[in-house]
Amino acid sequence: MIEERFDAIVVGAGMAGNAAALTLAQRGLKVLQLERGEYSGSKNVQGAILYADMLEKLIPDFREDAPLERHLIEQRFWMMDDNSHTGLHYRSDDFNEEKPNRYTIIRAQFDKWFSKKVQEAGAVVLCETTVTELLQDARGKVIGVRTDRKNGQVGTDVVVLAEGVNGLLGTRAGLRNRPDPSKVALAVKEMHFLPQETLEARFNLKGDEGAVIEAVGTISEGMTGMGFIYTNRESISLGIGCLVSDFERTGQTPYGLLEKFKSHPSVKGLIEGSEVKEYAAHLIPEGGYKAIPQLFGDGWVVVGDAAQLNNAVHREGSNLAMTSGRLAAETIFQIKSRRDPMTKENLALYRKMLEDSFVMKDLKKYRNMPELLHIRAQNFFLTYPQLVSKAMKEFVRVDGVTKAEKEKATLRSFLAARSIKGIIGDAFNFARAWR
Amino acid sequence: MAQAASRVEDKLYLNRYLVDAGRAHIKVRPHATPSAQLLSLLKLCPAHCYEMNSAGQVEITTDGCVECGTCRVIAEPSGDIEWNYPRGGYGVLFKFG
Repeated sequence: MIEERFDAIVVGAGMAGNAAALTLAQRGLKVLQLERGEYSGSKNVQGAILYADMLEKLIPDFREDAPLERHLIEQRFWMMDDNSHTGLHYRSDDFNEEKPNRYTIIRAQFDKWFSKKVQEAGAVVLCETTVTELLQDARGKVIGVRTDRKNGQVGTDVVVLAEGVNGLLGTRAGLRNRPDPSKVALAVKEMHFLPQETLEARFNLKGDEGAVIEAVGTISEGMTGMGFIYTNRESISLGIGCLVSDFERTGQTPYGLLEKFKSHPSVKGLIEGSEVKEYAAHLIPEGGYKAIPQLFGDGWVVVGDAAQLNNAVHREGSNLAMTSGRLAAETIFQIKSRRDPMTKENLALYRKMLEDSFVMKDLKKYRNMPELLHIRAQNFFLTYPQLVSKAMKEFVRVDGVTKAEKEKATLRSFLAARSIKGIIGDAFNFARAWR
Repeated sequence: MAQAASRVEDKLYLNRYLVDAGRAHIKVRPHATPSAQLLSLLKLCPAHCYEMNSAGQVEITTDGCVECGTCRVIAEPSGDIEWNYPRGGYGVLFKFG
């Protein structure tokens, strides 16, 4: 047993863990952060888009030295069939502002920088250390952790579980369930490097401007899923993710899907001639509000992806992770300041602070969306994209067929594929889940 | 399938790993006939770590594992596999992530 005792131990050095460790250290608590990778970031995978607001709350002047790739001025949503995409495209010069709102980042580099801030604030950060077990007393209170280091037990008042979507500790200790295959997506991603001028010309970007493409449609073979293309300074993060239970059902391979996405005529030209430098895979929590587990207990709290805090509709995760880490730390600081014990009753404040924040409010708003999209995946991810593509093709093709006949044909194709009742039902259910 | 599998091996070749020789972090429970869950991993594992041997059993080679946890959510509940993270410092080392 390591003799030294800590006010708090943070397990994991991703967005949630770093936010928690930083806040705790800034408040003067004695913090130990444990990370299994060789440095913070070496095990972390994300698209990745960073939302400035949530980071500003932790490090107000982060723009001065954080490794940011590009600030986003353009968002494209694509509905794809095998040969086409129908797009919704928003680009605004207003996003070229003094303090931009969204940036692309490369997690291994960003997290390393974030971890430096944590260390500067006074936390002890121990990397290359895998936590293997939570230590609990006879009453189940968490009193420390066991690591894979020699004599690697460390005692503490409270453990912040920032162990990620696939965290083993909390599930093994019976604090929450293992994620169900229908509540997590598997995403695979490649890093495509291109000369900066080539990349900027292909996406019509200048300087630090960046663009994002998010795509649904036949690329996911009828599964609930999405493809993405994010521009970094001199690389493109390109990937696709679908629900694990859908992969299981269809027998599709994740790399097969990725190759198909890359060879789509709308995508191929964007990455042509690129040098691929990495292939990664990661799970994403997709269950939304209803999948959130118990968030606190005697001597522990859970934050970030480990707590399933991910807004799948808006593809936001790291900001929810950072916010939950910060609020968990604020809670612990308040309890500590009162010299109160880290009991379940006292730590319930963390849940309350989350409920009062955008984190729970946003997730609650979309609480019925995951089920709707998962159950009706065929309609939303296959049938409608195909119908929309066909309708658009008819709309723009000039071939002597009268406009009235074209409209009739389009309407007929929609009715044949989904029936009037089906379309109204889908629209109604979608509107209700969005509300 | 074979073509896609060879392509994934090319992808894994791009990654950095520190392999903990002799200490596989994921183990497949010995079996005579593989379960549906184990069979699904042949296609589902994004690093193509699972393969069928000549006796029709599913085997794992964890060297190329990207530690996503997909096989854990599929096959740990049925007891088909035992899942741990590699020892500290070992396993995949993402340069970009």
